Amino acid sequence: MGEFKVHRVRFFNYVPSGIRCVAYNNQSNRLAVSRTDGTVEIYNLSANYFQEKFFPGHESRATEALCWAKGQRLFSAGLNGEIIEYDLQALDIKYSMDAFGGPIWSMAASPSGSQLLVGCEDGSVKLFQINPDKIQFERNFDRQKSRILSLSWHPSGTHIAAGSIDYISVFDIKSGSAVHKMLVDRQYMGVSKRKCIIWGVAFLSDGTVISVDSAGKVQFWDSATGTLVKTHLVANADVQSIAVSDQEDSFVVGTAEGTVFHFQLVSVTSNSSEKQWVRTKPFQHHTHDVRTVAHSPTALISGGTDTHLVIRPLMEKVEVKNYDAALRKITFPHRRLISCSKKRQLLLFQFSHHLDLWRLGSTVATGKTSGKFLVPGKHGDTLPLSKDADHLLQLKTKVSKMPACLRSAVQIMFSEDSTKLFVASNQGSLHILRLLEGSFKHLHTFQAQSGTVESMCLLAVSPDGNWLAASGTSAGVHVYSVKRLKLHCTVPAYNFPVTALAIAPKTNNLVIAHSDQQIFEYSIPDKQYTEWSRAIQKQGFHHHWLQRDTPITHIGFHPKRPAHILLHDAYMFCIIDKSLPLPNDKTLLYNPLPPTNESDVIRRRTAHAFKISKKYKPLLFMDLLDEGTLVAVERPLDDIIAQLPPPIKKKKFGT
Amino acid sequence: MAALEEEFTLSAVPLGAGPDGLLGVEQCDKTDQFLITDGGRTVILYKVSDQKPLGSWSVKQGQVITCPAVCNFQTGEYIVVHDSKVLRLWTNEDVNLDKVFKATLSAEVYRIHSIPGTEPLVLFKEGAVRGLEALLAEPQQKIETVISDEEVIKWTKFFMVFRHPALIFITEKHGNYFAYVQKFNSSVLSKYTLLLGQEENFVIQSFTASLDRKFISLLSLSSDGCIYETLIPIHPSDPEKNQQPRVVRSLLLKTVVSGNARNALSVLDQDHVAVLGPPLPASKECLSIWNTKFQTLQVSKELPQGTSGQLWYYGEHLFMLHGKILTVIPYKCEMSSLAGALGKLKHGQDSGTQTMPHFVNWETSQGYGLESKNSEPSKRILRRRTIEPSVQPEVPASQQLLSIIKKDSEKHIEIELRKFLATKRTPDFHTVIGDIAIGLLERCKTEPSFYPRNSLMQLIQMHVLSYSLCPGLMEVALEKTDIQMLQLCLQQFPDIPEAVTCACLKMFLSDAVQDEKMEEQMGILQNGFNPEEDNCDNCDKELSKKPQKTVEETTSCPVIPKRAALLNAVLHSAYSESFLLPHLKDIPAQHITLFLQYLYFLYLKCNENATMTLPGIHPPTLNQIMDWICLLLDANFTVLVMIPEAKSLLLSLYKFVKSQICICSELNKIEVSFRELKKLNQEKNNRELYSIEVLELF
Repeated sequence: MGEFKVHRVRFFNYVPSGIRCVAYNNQSNRLAVSRTDGTVEIYNLSANYFQEKFFPGHESRATEALCWAKGQRLFSAGLNGEIIEYDLQALDIKYSMDAFGGPIWSMAASPSGSQLLVGCEDGSVKLFQINPDKIQFERNFDRQKSRILSLSWHPSGTHIAAGSIDYISVFDIKSGSAVHKMLVDRQYMGVSKRKCIIWGVAFLSDGTVISVDSAGKVQFWDSATGTLVKTHLVANADVQSIAVSDQEDSFVVGTAEGTVFHFQLVSVTSNSSEKQWVRTKPFQHHTHDVRTVAHSPTALISGGTDTHLVIRPLMEKVEVKNYDAALRKITFPHRRLISCSKKRQLLLFQFSHHLDLWRLGSTVATGKTSGKFLVPGKHGDTLPLSKDADHLLQLKTKVSKMPACLRSAVQIMFSEDSTKLFVASNQGSLHILRLLEGSFKHLHTFQAQSGTVESMCLLAVSPDGNWLAASGTSAGVHVYSVKRLKLHCTVPAYNFPVTALAIAPKTNNLVIAHSDQQIFEYSIPDKQYTEWSRAIQKQGFHHHWLQRDTPITHIGFHPKRPAHILLHDAYMFCIIDKSLPLPNDKTLLYNPLPPTNESDVIRRRTAHAFKISKKYKPLLFMDLLDEGTLVAVERPLDDIIAQLPPPIKKKKFGT
Repeated sequence: MAALEEEFTLSAVPLGAGPDGLLGVEQCDKTDQFLITDGGRTVILYKVSDQKPLGSWSVKQGQVITCPAVCNFQTGEYIVVHDSKVLRLWTNEDVNLDKVFKATLSAEVYRIHSIPGTEPLVLFKEGAVRGLEALLAEPQQKIETVISDEEVIKWTKFFMVFRHPALIFITEKHGNYFAYVQKFNSSVLSKYTLLLGQEENFVIQSFTASLDRKFISLLSLSSDGCIYETLIPIHPSDPEKNQQPRVVRSLLLKTVVSGNARNALSVLDQDHVAVLGPPLPASKECLSIWNTKFQTLQVSKELPQGTSGQLWYYGEHLFMLHGKILTVIPYKCEMSSLAGALGKLKHGQDSGTQTMPHFVNWETSQGYGLESKNSEPSKRILRRRTIEPSVQPEVPASQQLLSIIKKDSEKHIEIELRKFLATKRTPDFHTVIGDIAIGLLERCKTEPSFYPRNSLMQLIQMHVLSYSLCPGLMEVALEKTDIQMLQLCLQQFPDIPEAVTCACLKMFLSDAVQDEKMEEQMGILQNGFNPEEDNCDNCDKELSKKPQKTVEETTSCPVIPKRAALLNAVLHSAYSESFLLPHLKDIPAQHITLFLQYLYFLYLKCNENATMTLPGIHPPTLNQIMDWICLLLDANFTVLVMIPEAKSLLLSLYKFVKSQICICSELNKIEVSFRELKKLNQEKNNRELYSIEVLELF
């Protein structure tokens, strides 16, 4: 296949933000995740857990609560006191509205989805009506003494439970007054803590209120009498989150020690109808606080300070023990944060609030000849550096004067010759700008297809500058002719979202990777799938290929060998050689061992199109700089962990 | 390993046994009930577990019972023969034997045989055999003569061979013995001549037989005191041939009894026989259990008041006349092994082979009620064995067992349980086991005298029980001071609450352990109790070899091996400190001191080798020891400081810990240097932020 010099880059100092809230939408099987920097991500659990939408955060917006309402509408609230609704089509904030109660700590949508409750710093619980276009303040409930940290609706919508500091209130929705006030014991293992914070409440249809608090307790209350029914002491630290399944037969809590406990309603004995809540399974997938949990019908979802989103399928609920039943741990975004200038050997890193530009170093390795090629060294060698990589600049300030069309861009891209800039704005339109010395000129705007406002979040431009491909999250890939400034064709829509796009040089074949790990090659001039694409669809991909759990985030091409396609996900990179036979399920997909000195016959017989390397991981970016040089950007997990706050120390002894 | 349990008598008053002892002891259609026929005129029905008679019937003055009463398992009637020719049939409701059904036969009866599953058979003195039904239909029918003149029936037994009844009887004529096998499916009577081997002049005192696959294994006890085995084929090879086949007997066990007295023999199972008789000519009579496979004496019990030379064995009970009193000795036998036969069986649990309870899937286990399917073989066994007509054959085995648990005796429950456990495991096995345990415990609560210890032990040893599956088990064991069961529970259950662990600890440290040491030693060895004797023996041996460098008073183990084993079980059990601490405070200070002494002793032992481990199978680890020392000190420090006895212990512990800390701090320094070295190495390879490497793709 060939040898490459690889620039192995580990200086991309990216640290994902901790997860603050998750909200699961049963209707669409989507999961909304908000992070401490205000970022909101939408994962499509049906599409192989692909992160299909993304709303960048802002320093002033710390989300504290996130919820789905009225089916597909997503709301968040935060410490700036505002309630925000997101536009899931345009990938933009629809509006934000001040609740006038100080920082908002909690939010819950009514079971019918038509009302929204927020719990504020000043102890007020505010009820909002959700109208088709906006939300409208309806009224305040009786003001409580301290901030409302958690809220839960009774499934009938007549009562709510609100967790505050040291007590839980039960409100009647009609009257808006507190029916019960249930005081929570501050004592913790005989030691009186200063305050007991109710981090989460859940109201069950039989009137039971489950609370989790800072003293490590999970408590069951009878809301009719306001009495404590049962206490489970699950942790020595705070229990910070709770989520109940729709059937109310199981719930999950997350603790500050990183443990997630599963509780289930099981029969007391094998043949009695009396049931009780039993702590059944503990899971330790986190090192830090589990700030939030969710309970989908088949999985427990948890996230916290250690930035991982963990999806733990419940084995007894999974019918087929296939790859979907495996634990998923999502750490890195499913999009590209790095771009690369091949000629200048520059790397641009995207952080949430700034950009970093680096220049790669070089080596003057004295090559030795092997056969007719000049080989810099043998496999695995590290070459001596003649020049180290340089950090050139950090970009923080934004250009103030921008035309209206460029105010909000979902994706931007330069043409190969750097004369044009392609901008995917929200509202689904694409702009082409000509770049001049120090200024730019607006050339054209491709308007969105009539009726759709879906933003294009992936762009690809052909190296000759004639073709522009753009893809949204659901509709197919549109190919525009830049010369003629019109829509050339649309690649038929596929069930799974596109994760990466690229147009090959010379042939102008569009290569599309989908979240179900399928890859299509579409010939733009011929407006049809290529022979190779048909062949691989006919034969099917290798099962190990389909079982990978991170999406392909970048596709590249070899400048000299048109048959080669380079692609990578977080744990491998692969060069597909279209000239070689396709692997079937019997052949070994990944062969890490170099062929021994056996005859070339065996090598040729076992050789197949997928050349895979798993040497670099977690791999955030990889591309060919020139025919013999690769650049790989890794972000080792240890480096991220090193930058997280220290986890809670578990004390072993002491009375 | 075979064992005889405590004997008990069935009747305080001597039976009217004749000079030849009893006529017979026969099984009844209800388990645990037996028909005893004395040598004269009386038949008594006993319930063995209650040790009391349920009924008694006598024939008129002047009449003599000539053949032991049996029970017709098909009808539940009792049958007896008096005056050799008169048959009497009666039931429990009848009072007077004179007024019950009577049939006078035309020939003299030798025995009536009855076993479950078939109709009773009548063996006449002349060797003819008739089914009871056929005989009753025509009592005066002619009975043919099978055996020759002067030939006398000595012994007889009735078997079921592959669901077909077969009768064997032994006759004697002028010192020659003949065996007749009558099979009823083919109505073939085969005759064999028993060749005695060289010792022609010895008479055979007792016979017993058991069924092998293809042979009837006939054991005979000769007057030379040896047991011989004769194999008689069940299926005669060539019945056409006129010539009488001969069977040779071979020596099985040599001189088990002295030959002069009246001796008796009974097969217990495949490998065990019970022999009644004096082992030496002058000695008192003994009941001995011999293992024929290993030719070893398993257990022996002296019967000083003499016996009648008769022995019966049914189910798990050996019956004999001890003096004039009918005595029952329960017998049980576990799987024999070479080690067991040699008397050194250790039910040691290797840490490797110890199976933890299976993972319980709450979802699936809920679905399975007790009504779930049970494997076919278990049903069959139960159906055949259960003689209560009320039992529905379609009820699952576990349900049957539960109903048995509600009313039957401990012994019977144990037998049924063993049968149940031998069957195939169903997916809901653990819940069924849990339900059985709960059933047993419920009965324990209602009946204070009921304590099915063996059954519970059996259940625990299935490795599927856990504390939460049978809450209350350990509480009952605590109540009964059953330390052995508690030890087993501690070893097996993964989820014992700290309060219960602590209660066990309290009991193990109390005097209960010391007192029972002597009496229970026997039982301990038999029931899988595993005192860590070798463990501590080793410790002591090692110590004596080594120069005594540590503190003097800690050189010997402060507790007896048995207590050490119990404490080790506690050390191994799972706990959470915060829940354990409050309970530890309740233990008396003396006991805390003792436990601390023991822990200190273990701690010192650990430090004697580099790996910081203790010898023996499954010993406590250093971490467990350290954790417990810390826990004890945490919980009781103020109390310990006040006790004078603990002071020296605490001081020496402190000194030792201090010296250890010195070592550790030195080790720390070394470790830091090494870590730096490692870091240097690693950084060179791995931690660089930027490098250019060569990659080859294959």
